[in-house]
Amino acid sequence: MDDVKMEIINLNLYYGNHHALKAVTMNIRAGAVTALIGPSGCGKSTFLKTLNRMNDLTQGVKITGQVRLEGEEIYAPGVDVTLLRKRVGMVFQQPNPFPMSIYDNIAYGPRVHGEKRRARLDEIVESSLRRAAIWDETRNRLKKSALGLSGGQQQRLCIARALAVKPEVLLMDEPTSALDPVSTLRIEELLLQLKKSYTIVIVTHNMQQAVRVSDDTAFFLAGEVVEWGVTGRLFSGPRDRRTRDYITGRYG
Amino acid sequence: MDISFQQAAYSRSQGRRSLSLTEKRNRTQRIETMAESIFTLCAFLAVFAVGAITLYMVANGVPVIYRLGVREILFSSAWKPVAADPSYGILYVILTSVTGTVLAVALGVPVALLTAVFLAEIAPRPLAALVRPAVELLAGIPSVVYGLLGMLVLNPLMYRLEQVVFHGSRTHQFTGGANLLSAVLVLVVMILPTVISVSETALRAVPDQLRVSSMALGASRIQTIFQVVLPAARPGITTAVVLGVGRAVGEAMAINLVSGGSVNVPLPFSSVRFLTTAIVSEMGYAEGVHRQVLFTIGLVLFGFIMLVNILLHKIMRGEDG
Amino acid sequence: MSRKMKDAVAYTAIYFAASYSVLLLVGILVYVFSKGFPVLSLPFFTTVSSVVKGTVGIAGNIINTVYIVTLTLVAAVPAGVGAAIWLNEYAPPGRWVKLIEFATETLAGIPSIVFGLFGMVFFGTTLGFGYSILTGALTLSLMILPLITRNTQAALRAVPDSYRNGALGMGATRWHMIRTVLLPSAMPGIATGILLAVGRIVGESAALLFTAGSGYLLPESGSDFFHKVMESGGTLTIQMYLSMARAEYDVAFGIAAVLLSMVLAFNFLLKVLIRGRFIKE
Repeated sequence: MDDVKMEIINLNLYYGNHHALKAVTMNIRAGAVTALIGPSGCGKSTFLKTLNRMNDLTQGVKITGQVRLEGEEIYAPGVDVTLLRKRVGMVFQQPNPFPMSIYDNIAYGPRVHGEKRRARLDEIVESSLRRAAIWDETRNRLKKSALGLSGGQQQRLCIARALAVKPEVLLMDEPTSALDPVSTLRIEELLLQLKKSYTIVIVTHNMQQAVRVSDDTAFFLAGEVVEWGVTGRLFSGPRDRRTRDYITGRYG
Repeated sequence: MDISFQQAAYSRSQGRRSLSLTEKRNRTQRIETMAESIFTLCAFLAVFAVGAITLYMVANGVPVIYRLGVREILFSSAWKPVAADPSYGILYVILTSVTGTVLAVALGVPVALLTAVFLAEIAPRPLAALVRPAVELLAGIPSVVYGLLGMLVLNPLMYRLEQVVFHGSRTHQFTGGANLLSAVLVLVVMILPTVISVSETALRAVPDQLRVSSMALGASRIQTIFQVVLPAARPGITTAVVLGVGRAVGEAMAINLVSGGSVNVPLPFSSVRFLTTAIVSEMGYAEGVHRQVLFTIGLVLFGFIMLVNILLHKIMRGEDG
Repeated sequence: MSRKMKDAVAYTAIYFAASYSVLLLVGILVYVFSKGFPVLSLPFFTTVSSVVKGTVGIAGNIINTVYIVTLTLVAAVPAGVGAAIWLNEYAPPGRWVKLIEFATETLAGIPSIVFGLFGMVFFGTTLGFGYSILTGALTLSLMILPLITRNTQAALRAVPDSYRNGALGMGATRWHMIRTVLLPSAMPGIATGILLAVGRIVGESAALLFTAGSGYLLPESGSDFFHKVMESGGTLTIQMYLSMARAEYDVAFGIAAVLLSMVLAFNFLLKVLIRGRFIKE
């Protein structure tokens, strides 16, 4: 395949004695949307978090195997997780704006990474909000609390916040599961825009969504990647019986 | 995080390293490490403090026990620290604290429990809005203020009672109302807020299901409260009582001027001295052995409190499991 | 006894018990204020007691109280907040956390008179601070440490994890996340702890009697902060206790009225703070 952004080789993850990810091997293509699908509890969200080491925050997690970002091992000693997370951003299932103004939410990331110049911050805030297609709704209320926005707006704000640190990869953990259908549609349109400039990995429980937005799809079951490949191919002609069973609706 | 072992293995197998993820950010790292060390230190401060207090109490209170003997101090009732031939028996002082605490808890807990039942189970909102702040305010009133009122309001009343009870007695030493009973009544007031608020929380934590199913069986509200809710809240109520015991044992300033201040057998109408009040009233002038024995008294008090704490800890752990 | 009778008896007892606290409080307030307010006057607040000048005043004690409250908070608030941050944000759950929480619980249960003894020998003798405002404040800071730690911990626990993940997911370091997101969100809870601590300090007496002592004079003009801190200084409660012991009941009631007014004010502030928190949520 062309231009691999992230490479996962034989990745295993244990929560104490629970073997949560089993020998996961797959690639994430640059400039593509990769969808992770599978029944709940299959490890897809856990896998997503290993890509920017958010699992470091969980007690008793043990990881073996390799995850490479442009060839560079992210679990190697000496890796600064803050730099990793700057390059590999994340959007969560529940919109989680900070209890601050819209402006400060977006400026948070750049400030974290040392940007102090006001003019530059103004610029970043505007461009990030524009990219996340929420500028028109917020331009006149930048100083108002972000908690006053609707759920869908909050989620686009969180995407804008993630974009503000100029990530290369964007991890999205079921970003629309807490939203209404209209907001979901807007976010899906946004994804199609964003994939021109970012590599996106999205966890979704919604197979139609995977078909609509993704280029590649990986099917997870009980901590294993059963099958991964180009979305159209995987849905039209699954090679594994379990994949077929899942996409025809035989699992929950 | 337990990823170090595989990191090490990895770095051996993998020579390549680009600068992008491992770029040195020394300052940030240093601040991060420093912040964590400072917080760790802060967290252990409580442990150091308890350790140091234990150490100091033992170091100051124990040597004199060795010198004079356990019997001379703990099991002797003669307290004449400044006599020409001094004796340092603190048995009555210990007994007074024990008796006073037991009485205060015995009188205070029922009132407190009923008040907690009122607040958690039956008070209409406006009445609860009156009683709860009152209880909170009682908790905030400084001990010395209770002491002042005990001295000027309670003691005269108690004196009248004393005159009635011991009318014509030749053996009774009149205390002017400054006696064990007065001190106990002040202690009752002092433990009320703690016991009320902790028990109320415990009652509120009882799931409504229990109440509903009891009522559905035809029990009255009162029957439900006394036969279902209170037993279900027992661990929390026990905690409340133990906390009350701790408060009562440790209180000093409120009862110092109310309890008379002679070392006596703890009888209701006798002038008495508690562990706490002995320290408060004598530490100011005590010297030499006397001062050391006051520390022994402090140590006994500390021992009681540690007992209470361990008990509390046991109860709370029982609640978890 | 019939069931109805029993219920009636129980209701009566419950209402009696509940009214007891209210009546007691009202009685205390009315009595203290009616005896105390007549004593209050401008000179009472602005002078110190002097036999020579014939003045009776608590200015010195007010200043001592302010000093002790300030110093105690300066020592205890950072330590307590820091401890809570470690327990909640850094510490791996397990033995150490259990030990520290047990120690904090224990510290909260130690009677103030024991703190007083410890402060006297440790800060006063071992560290050589003598009977001074500094000794008193350091002693009290240990005493209120659990109050600060627990309230901060509760406040930190109430901050949703999504805030933490949001900040860390963007590459914030942990301390940066704590400083910019957690602490601002936890502020009302921390403020509650501080306010409770101030109430505790103002009302404290047994722990101060043998640590800060009973000085009641104003700082000499020209004497600096550090000089004052190393001097003995009795707070309002200490002065009140000493007045009682000397049978100067007027002064005692005057101070009692001042103290009760402060208690009322603190409780009111606390209510405002807690209500503010609810509205925000």
